[in-house]
Formats: sequence, C-alpha cells, structure tokens
Amino acid sequence: MNARLINRVLMLPVVMVVVSFAVFVAVRHLPGDPARMLAGTAATQDTVDAVHHSLGLDRPALRQYGTFMRGALVGDLGISIESRQPVGQEIAHHFPYTLLLGLSAYALALCFGIPGGLAAAMFEDGIWDRIFMGMTIVLASVPNFWFALLLMELFSVRLGLLPLMGAHSWSSLLMPSLTLALMPMALIGRMTRASMLAVLSRDYIRTARARGVGLMRLCLRHALPNALPPVVTVIGMNLGSVIGGAVVTETVFGWPGLGHLMIEAVRWRDYPVIEGVTLVAVLSVILVNLVADIVISRIDPQARHS
Amino acid sequence: MTGSFRTLIARLPLSLLAGVVLITFMVLGALLAPLISPADPLAQDLYATFQPMSAAHPFGTDAFGRDIFSRIVYGTRYSLAEVCICILVSCAMGTLAGMLAALVGGYVEQAVMWVVDIIFAFPGIVLALLILSLLGPGFFNMLLAISVFSIPVYVRLAHNLTQALQRAEYVEAARTLGAGTWRILYVHVMRNALGPILVQSTLTAGSVILAASSLSFLGLGVAPATPEWGAMMSDGRSYLGIDILPSLFPGLTITLAVLGFNLLGEGVRKVIDK
Repeated sequence: MNARLINRVLMLPVVMVVVSFAVFVAVRHLPGDPARMLAGTAATQDTVDAVHHSLGLDRPALRQYGTFMRGALVGDLGISIESRQPVGQEIAHHFPYTLLLGLSAYALALCFGIPGGLAAAMFEDGIWDRIFMGMTIVLASVPNFWFALLLMELFSVRLGLLPLMGAHSWSSLLMPSLTLALMPMALIGRMTRASMLAVLSRDYIRTARARGVGLMRLCLRHALPNALPPVVTVIGMNLGSVIGGAVVTETVFGWPGLGHLMIEAVRWRDYPVIEGVTLVAVLSVILVNLVADIVISRIDPQARHS
Repeated sequence: MTGSFRTLIARLPLSLLAGVVLITFMVLGALLAPLISPADPLAQDLYATFQPMSAAHPFGTDAFGRDIFSRIVYGTRYSLAEVCICILVSCAMGTLAGMLAALVGGYVEQAVMWVVDIIFAFPGIVLALLILSLLGPGFFNMLLAISVFSIPVYVRLAHNLTQALQRAEYVEAARTLGAGTWRILYVHVMRNALGPILVQSTLTAGSVILAASSLSFLGLGVAPATPEWGAMMSDGRSYLGIDILPSLFPGLTITLAVLGFNLLGEGVRKVIDK
C-alpha cells in the first residue's frame, strides 16, 4: 500500500461526512412537511405536531444531523414516507438487484471490450479496427432507454421470447444487462485499444519482437498486463455513469433495483429514501474507485516493482 | 481556389466531416422548423391516431394524432438550447473556478478542488435527481442540474492547463513586470487554454443531450406535450405493443444528434493531435 492509497482510505470518512451533511441540508430545505405527509392529508394539526415531535423535527438542525448520522452509522436511515418501511430495509431489499444488474452488465462489457480493443490495437487501421471504432462511437451515442424499447419490441412484443418487464426469472436479466452494458462496452473497448497502442510502441516490445516473440504471446503476455491499469481506472471512474444508466434502465424494465427505488422516491417526494439511496450511491462510487486503485497497484507491473 | 479547398476537405478526418454534416442538419432543422414541418407539432387529431408512415405524415402520428416528424423537427430547438445553455453555464463557471484556483493557490485552490471531488463522487443522474427533487421538475431546472454535474470536468481541465501555463516563461515575465492575477488570467492564460476547453465542450455536448433526454424521459424535464425528444419517447413508451413509431423515430434522432457531436469531438481531437 502506498501513501496515496492510505491517504484516500483515511479521507473516506471525511468525504462521507461532508456528502451526508450536504444531502442532509438539501433534503431539510425541500418544500413540504414530511410530518404532514407521514400523518396523511386528513390528520389534525395535533397529530401532525405529534409526528413532528416523534421525528425530532422540532429540535435544532445540528442535533438532528447528529441523530441522523448516529442512525446512519448503524444502518438506520429513517422511515420511508411512501411504504412506511425502514429505509435501510428498503435499500437492503433493492440493492442486490442493482448489484446483479451492474455486475452482469460489466461482465458483458469486459467480454466485448477487452478482446475487441485488443484485436483493434493488434491490427491498427485494419478493417476490424475501423469497424470496431465505428461500433464503439455508435454504442456511446445510443440512448439506453431507446435501445431498451427496441429490445422490448423485438424480443418481447414481436418474438415473445423474453419477459417484457420485472425480475421473474434469469431470462429477465438479459435485456436490462445488455442495455446497461452499452456505455461501458464502448468505453472499455476504446480505452483498451488506446492503452494497448501506447504500450505497443514502447522499446521493450520492439526488443521482444526482435527476439522473435510471436504476435499472440507478444500482445497477451508482454503488452496486455501493462495496458490494463488505465482500463481499470476507466472502469472505476465510469461507475457513476453506470449507476445513472441503471436508474433509467431499471425504470424502463421495471427492474426492482435502487434506481427504480430512487425514481419512485423522487416522484413521491419520499425524502428519507432519496437521502438513503444517494448516500449508498456515493459510497459505492468512492469505494469502487478505491478498490480500482488497489487493484491497479496489484496488477500494474511498474507500480508493483517500484 | 476550389482545388486547394478540395484538398483541405480531403485531408480532414472523416469523423469531423460526418459530425459537421449531422450538426448542420440539426441547426437547419431548428432554424427552419416552421418551413420544414408539414404540420403544427401540437395540433391533435383524435381521428388520425397511430397513422403509419405516409406522404402526409412521414414518420406517422402518435397517440393524439400529432405528426411525429413535425414534433421531431421542432424538438431540435429544445435539444440545441439544452446543449448551448448547459455548456455555456458549466464551461464558464468551471473554467473560471479552475483557473482562479490554480492562479490564487493556497486554501482557495484546496477548497475548490475539494468541492469538485465531492461533486465528482455523485453519479451524474443521481445528483441531477437530487437537485430536481429540490427545485421541482421543469426545463430550466433540468438544465441547471445538468450544468452542475458537468462543472467538475471543466474545473479539473482548466486547473491543469493553468498550472502548466503558469510555468511558461512569458507568464513568469508578465508577473515580474507586475501584472495582477486578473490580467494574467485574461491576457495570458484564458487565450492559450481556449483550444483544449473548446474540444472538451464538443466532447461534452453529446452527453448533455443524453442526460437531458434521459431526465425528460423520466418525466422530470419539460412539461407534458412539449415536443422534446426524450419526452416524446416517454409518451411513446406507454404504447409499446400498439405502435413502435412514436418511440422509434425520436430515439433514432437522439442517436444521430449525439453521434454528430461525438464524431465532431473525435474529429477535432484528431486534427489537433496531428
């Protein structure tokens, strides 16, 4: 572990406190009284006041933040206004779906991006390189909700092969994960190609080639390990936009993940849920980027030996 | 004259030309919308819902009998407005913050970069959703939300560029001669950093359209019935299985518009890297 990584691990709680404070302040300034919403429209003023008191909303803001943080640390994020369930439970229920969707989308993206980018770099300016570069730029331009609707029209409405919406069986996972994979496919593919090209022009590759190392061995054994670290960085940095993509994808396919939960919460102005999902999303982005850095320090031959 | 112009065109990357053509179509569509569109984009005709493609309705009609082609043509105006406003706001604020941070240094620099790091930790759409749930849905609130999450890229870019330029001899010389922070910023740094920042703007344009149409698709952008591409798809989605045309063509148009900006950005970068 180098000093930079240790620094980032130590900064993690500080960043989370700042982010949670920002979210807390923002949500407290939202229009509407959560106590009134929780009590219902027919409730009397007395009932609303009682709910107000029981939620601790009549206490000073900093005390409230303290309570909120103490709760957040042990996983208590308040009660959802819409479902009346604890927010922690709601998130725990929806999180595995998003995790599954995200992992399968990244798996698809890696299966396409790494070999595709590798082949494009090995035969630079060849026919595959041109097709591949054209494909990635189109993939990066397709709005995922449109692609989702086209898939639904073809495979569910016309051919009747796949379930239209929801998460009922493993076949339900196919269309959402392919939709979510579009953007990372393009990114990982382009990054692999660019990174491989940079490595292939180095001296040690020329030396290896002069010694008579075959093309396959040269690329897979000598070049690829050195080309991967930037790809891992891009995967980590791209996670935010994949979570954003998950919000749209999950809404279109009715996939019961965190994105779906977030959209419902925004629609119902369910502030505790908005708060909770945002914190989980930010924490995931920070953690994954940290993991990406640790992975790089393990797989990068240069970082490992220095 | 024409000969040298032709060789100049031939030397430009294909992606740049394709991008320019697509965006020219878009700009023409926005400017000439009343001339091009065969019908009023808002006019409903409940006797002519879900019409197939025909001479009168090139892309068919939607659930309210509105002409899809006309709505797409008018939608160009919204998309171009989204791109222009978001890029102007985020680029101006981000560039200024990044340059000042690098020039002033010290606590100001640390504070700015900290805020940027924190904005960066929010997934773009999630931050936009948070802002939109604060301000309420609407076209301008949506643009504000997209601008906020686009700022960090510009701050970091401007910060890096300025740090590099600060070490340039002519900036050292100007400082020795007593030029103040604002003068150095305006005369020396701003003009030299403009190129890379413009390239970054063209690269961001595509993602602005994608973000705006996603938010409109989720029902958080423009008011219902507005001929905005994302909102059109949101309407069309409800009629999946009845008619695909109301979602097919707006989505295709978004793809072509985003592709246009992505190709332009890629082409400009190729020209500069040469």
